[in-house]
Amino acid sequence: MSRDDETPDNLPAAPGTHPEPVVVDSRQGMFGVSDGGDTSGYGGLVAPVLFPGAAVRPYGGYYDEVADQLERALAGGSAAYSQAVERVVVDRGEMTVFVAREHVVTVARALRDDPALRFEMCTGVSGVHYPHEVGRELHAVYHLLSITNGGRRIRLEVTCPDDDRHIPSIVEVYPANDWHERETWDMFGIEFDGHPALTRILMPDDWPGHPQRKDYPLGGIPVEYKGATVPPPDQRRKYT
Amino acid sequence: MGIEEKLPAGFLLTTVEQLAGYMRKSSVWPATFGLACCAIEMMAVGTPDYDIARFGMERFSATPRQADLMIVAGRVSQKMAPVVRQVYDQMPEPKWVISMGVCASSGGMFNNYAIVQGVDHIIPVDVYLPGCPPRPEMLLNAIITLHEQIQNTPLGVNRVAAAHAAEAAALAATPTHQMKGLLA
Amino acid sequence: MTEQTHDIHATPVADAKDAEGAHVYNAVGDDWDAIVDEASALREERIVVNMGPQHPSTHGVLRLILELDGETVTEARAGIGYLHTGIEKNMEFRNWTQGVQFCTRMDYVAPLFNETVYCLAVEKLLGITDQIPERASIIRVLMMELNRVASHLVTLASGGMEMGATTIMTIGFRERERILAIFEMITGLRMNHAYVRPGGVAQDLPPGAIDKIRDAIPLIRRGIGELERLLNENPLIKGRMVGVGYLDLTGCMALGITGPMLRSTGLPHDLRKSDPYCGYESYEFDVPVRDTCDSYGRMRVRIDEMYESLKIVEQAADKLQNTPGPVMVEDKKIAWPAQLSLGADGIGNSLDHIREIMSTSMESLIHHFKLVTEGFHVPPGQTYVAIESPRGELGVHLVSDGGTRPYRAHFRDPSFNNLQAVAAICEGGQLGDVIVAVASIDPVLGGVDR
Repeated sequence: MSRDDETPDNLPAAPGTHPEPVVVDSRQGMFGVSDGGDTSGYGGLVAPVLFPGAAVRPYGGYYDEVADQLERALAGGSAAYSQAVERVVVDRGEMTVFVAREHVVTVARALRDDPALRFEMCTGVSGVHYPHEVGRELHAVYHLLSITNGGRRIRLEVTCPDDDRHIPSIVEVYPANDWHERETWDMFGIEFDGHPALTRILMPDDWPGHPQRKDYPLGGIPVEYKGATVPPPDQRRKYT
Repeated sequence: MGIEEKLPAGFLLTTVEQLAGYMRKSSVWPATFGLACCAIEMMAVGTPDYDIARFGMERFSATPRQADLMIVAGRVSQKMAPVVRQVYDQMPEPKWVISMGVCASSGGMFNNYAIVQGVDHIIPVDVYLPGCPPRPEMLLNAIITLHEQIQNTPLGVNRVAAAHAAEAAALAATPTHQMKGLLA
Repeated sequence: MTEQTHDIHATPVADAKDAEGAHVYNAVGDDWDAIVDEASALREERIVVNMGPQHPSTHGVLRLILELDGETVTEARAGIGYLHTGIEKNMEFRNWTQGVQFCTRMDYVAPLFNETVYCLAVEKLLGITDQIPERASIIRVLMMELNRVASHLVTLASGGMEMGATTIMTIGFRERERILAIFEMITGLRMNHAYVRPGGVAQDLPPGAIDKIRDAIPLIRRGIGELERLLNENPLIKGRMVGVGYLDLTGCMALGITGPMLRSTGLPHDLRKSDPYCGYESYEFDVPVRDTCDSYGRMRVRIDEMYESLKIVEQAADKLQNTPGPVMVEDKKIAWPAQLSLGADGIGNSLDHIREIMSTSMESLIHHFKLVTEGFHVPPGQTYVAIESPRGELGVHLVSDGGTRPYRAHFRDPSFNNLQAVAAICEGGQLGDVIVAVASIDPVLGGVDR
């Protein structure tokens, strides 16, 4: 049984021939004990969290066609494919295109308008916060759907650092993203430049902070019942 | 609460209490305050299968000005809390509150930044109804319990005396974290 | 006081200079006549009306801010967030299996769809999509289609009630009670079931469930027929719904609208056909489409969809009789271990299961212990799975960091997107049409606010 990144001789694959995983975080210890008292011996365990890395050609399925067509659509525009696209990840049957944030509007317009691509529907933006991926903490993930081309899907991922939380807004290309970008600002603090009205949408208008960030507490209260106190969920021990 | 405050205590007042209680409980008009999943079960109570009309309560009043009972059905978020208080304030006396479901009673499964951990942080509650969501029959049980409460509400001087007694009992009761339950 | 917590993007408190010379009236319970006299003296006909979060016709806690010029709506804005529960953040502190309990309460009218899309995404991250037993997939389809019928019944019932036709509500909910009785028999609960779990479903159908379903379907069909006879050719319904809430294909595409709203514009886009999941490709059903783009068309689409769903339910019931087998994935490191059964004091742990883990099999005990306390691990990565819920495309973007808890679970709820169309379909119409138009969008604020 050989692993994905090994050749038939059980030697590691040469660099550039297989996707190299990306370290996003690292897991310390094993049983969630953080205040001493861990006698299992596994407390010193340090395991990296590896996300799938840049895929190598051929991607498989319709992804090659989409990548080639995107390259052709971007050629001669304000940003070439190699400038705009940082990397392409193909994992679990889905294609993720990491786009540099200054070119996201160009890429989105190309994906929407080019006849062979025609991703006419953007189903939304989702924010993710990776506090340990220094320089690329906040990700905004866009999912696009092409009904014309038989239900193809593609994911755009745009990153921005925590101290400069600006991503250009693609509302002018996909008006459907209006409330989704407001929600991502509300929950993560990513400011979408060019959005017509970037205000709080889910939290009250004067709420401080951005709740779904990892450094924002869950905010529960301890529950008292008949002599016992149950701490709120984010302060209980976790066994991951 | 009205003219009955001025009547003397005793036998005459007891009959007035029972009569007023009977009148009040027979025509409670709930205010539509369905928030989340419990609202669907509250709507189901209004339909023929469970029929809240047998109590004369099928007239859900959208305006709180004409409502007697506020059934807080669903989770109360931080953004909704001032609205709950304002609607409660707009209701005229006498008014009652049923907090329907665990989210309204105590925050439910959502022990987090966005949900008020029990609507009794904002408004006084008469009947707490657990369930996630409670069956329509459970809501009817809560309503019947409330009807019994309304029927036996003391008035006038009796009401003042009952309030004093309740306060004294609450001060003398064991605090929650000193109760041991079956562990003691 | 506002300066200290002043957020540059927070909505500022309105005062006279914000209204740009227009007169600001504050109505907080004073004498209404004074305000009306003031307004008529200034001959100002445009007023801003707040159909606040507490309103009988707003499908939950939706706040509509309407600027009216007489009876015409010149501007309409929707204020949401009054039901924001932080479900997505809560899921980051619970197991993958416990996440089902949370996500099921988002779109509470169609809870099984939330559960199914989440479980499909977890299974895709685990890589066990092919190993889900066929019986589990058939049960998922059966429950989802019954839930689709129940959800459309709620839509039609509450839509009718908001227009003042209370009989539609009583008939709609009467039929829905038949479906809820089936749900109660199979899952134990009428709503928010937490029945679909990663790996399959929580437990198999109890004996007699298929017969109960088969008996109920003709009654439900007859009930939908009653609703049709009340709605389809009714001149009052037609007068209130035809031409109201118009949004054509361009508008739907620009606003990312899916579901019956999109199918009422003429585009037959349905994820069950274009991107089948759970074995939908093996069922025979049509995708109803209208091309009137208005509330009436959407209502007809929903009624037709209910008939199609009942067809699928019948096919699924037949398939179930011919497909015995497990309802949970075989891999013991993922499959939910506990079995429930009806005991003397209600539903609880099945005694057979307890006997097995306590006396017979050490592995079962260990699996049960580890799965219930810690949960299973999901390899790192992210995925997006979308299914066709009664309101449109319900998608979940799930990110795992290799642990036993979701790193990020974001739900793309169809109502969140569809509700953006409020401005487009209400502006220029009349005040009464706003109610009908919002009812035809069919928002469920639990899904909108999550």
